[in-house]
Amino acid sequence: MSVDDAGLRPLVPQVLGVLVRRGADFATAEDAVQEALLRALATWGDDPPDQPAAWLTTVAWRAFLDLTRSATARRDREARFDAEPPAGAVHSADDTLRLYFLCAHPELTPSSAVALTLRAVGGLTTRQIAEAYLVPEATMAQRISRAKRTVAAAGLAGDAPDDVATVMRVLYLVFNEGYSGDVDLAAEAIRLTRQLTELTDDPEVAGLLALMLLHHARRRSRTRPDGSLVPLAEQDRALWDDALIIEGTGLVQSALSRDRLGEYQVQAAIAALHADAPSVDETDWVQIVEWYDELLGLADTPIVRLNRAVAVGEADGAPAGLSALAEVPDGVPRREAVAAHLHERNGDLALAARLYAEAARNAPNQAERDHQTRQAARVNELLRRR
Amino acid sequence: MAKYLLLKHYRGAPAPENNVPMDQWTPEEVDAHIQFMADFGTRLEATGELVGAEAVAAEGMWVRYDGEGKPPVTDGPFAETKDLIAGWMIIDVDTEARAIELAGELSAAPGANGEPIHEWLEVRPFLAMPPTVDG
Repeated sequence: MSVDDAGLRPLVPQVLGVLVRRGADFATAEDAVQEALLRALATWGDDPPDQPAAWLTTVAWRAFLDLTRSATARRDREARFDAEPPAGAVHSADDTLRLYFLCAHPELTPSSAVALTLRAVGGLTTRQIAEAYLVPEATMAQRISRAKRTVAAAGLAGDAPDDVATVMRVLYLVFNEGYSGDVDLAAEAIRLTRQLTELTDDPEVAGLLALMLLHHARRRSRTRPDGSLVPLAEQDRALWDDALIIEGTGLVQSALSRDRLGEYQVQAAIAALHADAPSVDETDWVQIVEWYDELLGLADTPIVRLNRAVAVGEADGAPAGLSALAEVPDGVPRREAVAAHLHERNGDLALAARLYAEAARNAPNQAERDHQTRQAARVNELLRRR
Repeated sequence: MAKYLLLKHYRGAPAPENNVPMDQWTPEEVDAHIQFMADFGTRLEATGELVGAEAVAAEGMWVRYDGEGKPPVTDGPFAETKDLIAGWMIIDVDTEARAIELAGELSAAPGANGEPIHEWLEVRPFLAMPPTVDG
């Protein structure tokens, strides 16, 4: 039996949160919780205790005391232990929320924050995280230890910054890693974001969850069985997950109605408009362009301008798209791909073929490189047949 | 068993016989080539001879330490004449003959007109730890 099979994973942040609130340092508390999990797997068998979280908390707290035992420190901790209320029902939303903040601490590098979040909040084992990132387990163990030390050194075990934006950024990073190994990181990111929406009352968190659900809904249609990419226009919309689309659309609508606009809500609104269209031609591109204009006001980045140029090309025609593209500097990832598409639609096949080939050379991953190579080959074939 | 590194080059290797840039192939020829490469990897996984394979980007940098307190030197993107690795595969095989045989098969990947590319691949044995028991 594993931690997943026994249903222990959701309890990890609760238990860890209690230990940290009681004054345990984060790094040792984390080790103690892992030890309690192992003991639970070894002793529960088919007969788990009535209150698994309380059991785990008691065992983890004892393990914490063992781990940090030393003459003087022990006196302090035992005094503190005596002063603590007895372990009972331990669900505490605040404790879990504090863990989110700790794991996304701005002192951490993004990759460390991601690893720590997956382990401490997600309850994944080091091996599972290592497999998902295709690195050796020992490497991932070091990355997590280093992250825990950083958090400890920042001296924030009881005083996490409360910037939910950093938490959202970490969760979005997890989502975008996709999946490999036996852990689906996109699904894990959704699970954690869903939990975060229950802990906070922030329309941006709801917007982020909606964005993830709406992207996730299209996942089966995005690649062919051989792994090759399928562009939005060619995706089989019957493969889209209607339940996720309905949930995501509902979430973004209610978030938007609260009139506290943010980047994730806007991106989710755009994703909802795509999900809503029965075909690519029936997409409400005009409204999508309006949302991109809104997004520019919140975050004026070259990537946003690039995506806006695509939408303008669909809404107002290729020449308008090309002039929007002129505002995007060279060197922005996928700029050549967008330029190639717009020039092809504008009838300049020779230029389009050159740009597709260039896009293939600069592609950030194998699937995209193969896709752009095929595009170049396709347009060159059209040219030969002329 | 010994490990070998198979290197595919963007530039620097002798020109292949069927030397047509990939974007000048037909889409079907591109598909056939990609499928061949995927099948090759799958087959070596099945025989237990694949260690790993990755493609690398077309552009990179040369970087050198430039002394205490100074940022590292780069010469920017590679100049035209430099050798450029396009991708690598590491195989773990019984004999050098098997490494050569597999590299030969890989070089026969289909290209323009469905004909083999006859691409040159570099095959380099890994240096290993000395054996713990003398022969």
